[in-house]
Amino acid sequence: MPADGGIGASTKRREDVRFLTGQGNYTDDINIHNQAHVFFLRSDMAHGKINGIDTAAAEKMPGVIRIFTSKDFEGVGGIPCGWQVTDRFGEPMQEPKHPVLAEGFVRHVGEPIAAVVAETLQQARDAAEAIELDIEELPPVVDMAAALEEGAPKVHEDLSSNLCFDWGFVEENREAVDEAIRNAPHVTTLELRNQRLVANPMEPRVAIGVYDRADDEHTLYTTSQNPHVIRLLMGAFVLGIPEHKLRVVSPDVGGGFGTKIFHYQEEAFCTFAAKAVNRPVKWRSSRSEAFMSDAQGRDHVTKIELALDEEGKFLAIRTNTLANMGAYLSTFAPSVPTWLHGTLMAGNYTTPLIYVNVKAVFTNTVPVDAYRGAGRPEATFQLERVIDKAARELGIDPIELRRRNFITEFPYETPVALTYDTGDYHATMDKLEELADLKGFEARAAESKKRGKLRGLGVNCYIEACGIAPSNLVGQLGARAGLYESATVRVNATGSITVMTGSHSHGQGHETAFPQVIADMIGIDPEQVEIVHGDTAKGPMGMGTYGSRSLAVGGSAMVRAAEKVINKARKIAAHLMEASEADIELKDGRFTVKGTDKSVAWGDVTLAAYVPHNYPLEELEPGLEETAFYDPSNFTYPAGAYACEVEVDPETGKVDVCSFHAVDDFGNIVNPMIVSGQVHGGLGQGIGQALLENCVYDDDGQLLSASYMDYAMPRADDLPFYSVDHSCQTPCTHNPLGVKGCGEAGAIGSPPTIVNAVVDALQRAGHDVTHIDMPLTPARVWAAMQG
Amino acid sequence: MAEVSMTVNGTPVSGNVPDNTLLVDFLRETLELTGTHVGCDTSQCGACVVHVNGRAVKACTMFAVEAEGAEVATIEGEAAPDGTLSAIQQAFQDHHGLQCGFCTPGMVMSAKALLAENPKPTEAEIREYLEGNICRCTGYHNIVKAIMAASGQDVSKIAAE
Repeated sequence: MPADGGIGASTKRREDVRFLTGQGNYTDDINIHNQAHVFFLRSDMAHGKINGIDTAAAEKMPGVIRIFTSKDFEGVGGIPCGWQVTDRFGEPMQEPKHPVLAEGFVRHVGEPIAAVVAETLQQARDAAEAIELDIEELPPVVDMAAALEEGAPKVHEDLSSNLCFDWGFVEENREAVDEAIRNAPHVTTLELRNQRLVANPMEPRVAIGVYDRADDEHTLYTTSQNPHVIRLLMGAFVLGIPEHKLRVVSPDVGGGFGTKIFHYQEEAFCTFAAKAVNRPVKWRSSRSEAFMSDAQGRDHVTKIELALDEEGKFLAIRTNTLANMGAYLSTFAPSVPTWLHGTLMAGNYTTPLIYVNVKAVFTNTVPVDAYRGAGRPEATFQLERVIDKAARELGIDPIELRRRNFITEFPYETPVALTYDTGDYHATMDKLEELADLKGFEARAAESKKRGKLRGLGVNCYIEACGIAPSNLVGQLGARAGLYESATVRVNATGSITVMTGSHSHGQGHETAFPQVIADMIGIDPEQVEIVHGDTAKGPMGMGTYGSRSLAVGGSAMVRAAEKVINKARKIAAHLMEASEADIELKDGRFTVKGTDKSVAWGDVTLAAYVPHNYPLEELEPGLEETAFYDPSNFTYPAGAYACEVEVDPETGKVDVCSFHAVDDFGNIVNPMIVSGQVHGGLGQGIGQALLENCVYDDDGQLLSASYMDYAMPRADDLPFYSVDHSCQTPCTHNPLGVKGCGEAGAIGSPPTIVNAVVDALQRAGHDVTHIDMPLTPARVWAAMQG
Repeated sequence: MAEVSMTVNGTPVSGNVPDNTLLVDFLRETLELTGTHVGCDTSQCGACVVHVNGRAVKACTMFAVEAEGAEVATIEGEAAPDGTLSAIQQAFQDHHGLQCGFCTPGMVMSAKALLAENPKPTEAEIREYLEGNICRCTGYHNIVKAIMAASGQDVSKIAAE
């Protein structure tokens, strides 16, 4: 570990001190003088026609300031969707309006119908109970296949059907793939469900709208992963507030995992209502509300076919998926089952022909959007499960089958539009075999058997496309946003540095890791560098944090800005030392003139920039502050190999995870401690998906898993200690730090590992089980064992 | 409305609040001690754990008036007056036992209660004790490790970093 706290040091996190002492500043910790509170009356039915909303009695209730319904939002835009998918016939997706408050119909349980603004939250809640709703219940559609049937009830009466889009990728490959599968010596088929999940960051969402009438300025405090994006979406598309009159602040945010990317109705409502009632308006989600209003994740039903030759070489993949959009299109929902999913279907392998079909379906359920991994876990799960099944059918060791098909030469252009810049999949697998002691498995299985347990081994690989994303490329694919990142490096007169980054930290430790990079570049103490984020009034337009992009994109922007700063400082140093700029070197916080003992300290140069008495004013402006916008030229491609061992109790079907080994290639690493923590968290969520979590609606569209009593969040005693390794490093070739991103890997790679291991355990015990749908609850595993 | 008085982190406090005010809301809203968090509404998540008369309690499960006259300890009282972190807090920082920090106050207060009754808990005992504290960020690895370290156990063999 470097002693200086620069790149590669496991520097302890500076933000921890405030979190550990109760001094964090989360949005709910903010109270504005004279604030009112809002309570949303939400639909308790999945589908209905609103015939009337009578607020007369409620308006007379104590403390009520005003009650809002959709009538108050005439002329206000809907919540916009940020990604337009074009279907395989060249037509745009069906894109229904997503109103701030329900207009005419309710389309999922939890949809806000009316909003009561009152002096206290309790008064608002009490008054909401006095609102009389006249809603005619309509038949809901919950199941995706049923939603696509002829004559099915429509979620949106004004659309032609419940099909949002029918997407083919790569459409030109369709017939060639069909033919390859028809003619293949062996085809392995697997039908599976990637169940719906709820992201469940521990901090529920909060929004506070503030309006300053004197200056006509709006401020929104919100629990967002990307405050600038919220400002743009809400300002330009919903409320018509120009950016210079709208400030969005996301202070400490208690976890995001994707579901805090999106622009939500409650944010628009609080901003709108603050002006309407001329009071600050605060909303705090309860956990129950979060379950029915935070965008949910996954929910794919898939059939995948893998064609192989006699030696196990992959010939073609065809996959057909139904992807649940829920009742409305959340901000990035259409991108998840398409571009974030279809492009990953090559995995780590040389499969020459791939065709992906995705039918996105509207149902009377909460909207679905990106959740940690977003499309990539769905791709990885089906691919790594079907490979495992194929290995068993062909009698080839699953690791050997993967190795026979590994991509080994880079850059590698896949048949699904990506170009992997670098990787070494044999190296990560070698490392995994060593660390997980796979040779010792049989002995451990025998020991388990003595205790009456069925032991299984699961192994798989994964690849992901991170560092999202090249703007011109995603623009062609339907994104309605650029996906660059920004940074301003402000050097203060005494040499300390304030970095304004467009990245947002909600647990990732940017305040610690980003200074390590700057400190390394200049040779100063990281404590001299401060990171500012999460406030549109403080930094340049930024795109925020998701898709494992902060260091790869936001860090790169910071490096570019710091390079500009250093180049200017070098000019100043050259002037101060009366030397040629070409001879100036920066090392350990000092500029030196090459080949001489002349030097000047970083702090003296920065002081000269702000006190420019001896300064080349004819050639150089005073000051030392630079901004850079970095637009990546490609995605980054973290990849790895995972192994786990499970024990299944044959009496009950209960699965215990005995060990979990993750070997990841993240390229260069800035803070290994933080990287390991990110993998741990991803593994926790991935194992949670595999064994515990399930978001369930009944046939009436009622959400059955709407609290922590019903939705099985992983607890400490559900999970093991993990073994994580990131010593295999093939640095990214196209960003200045050579980093790839580590935030989602664990959640992407681990679900198939667990399922592979449980299937292995059951097969070793003689059960003819080839697949069990997640979550692998004791009931499901036990049922599978009974045949 | 009810007049309620208690001692919080050694300081006598009082307030006049609606009868049905939860202890957690009294702490957060009336006393502005916002370190104690609300992460659910079913007393599952544990983000609001405080100590009442020395026992770990979810502050969303009792009314403020039920704490009348009680000694309440919250996360704000854990570090020394000069800001020095307690052994448990320090172990959480040393072992990266927190990410977003939202569950952390409850985790620290639960860990403190655990170590008070079981000074050298095993890994399994820690995991079982934390049943009522949910963390979504860490996968619990470094939380368990931090609590073992805070109890003076050697954690150097538990995975790298």
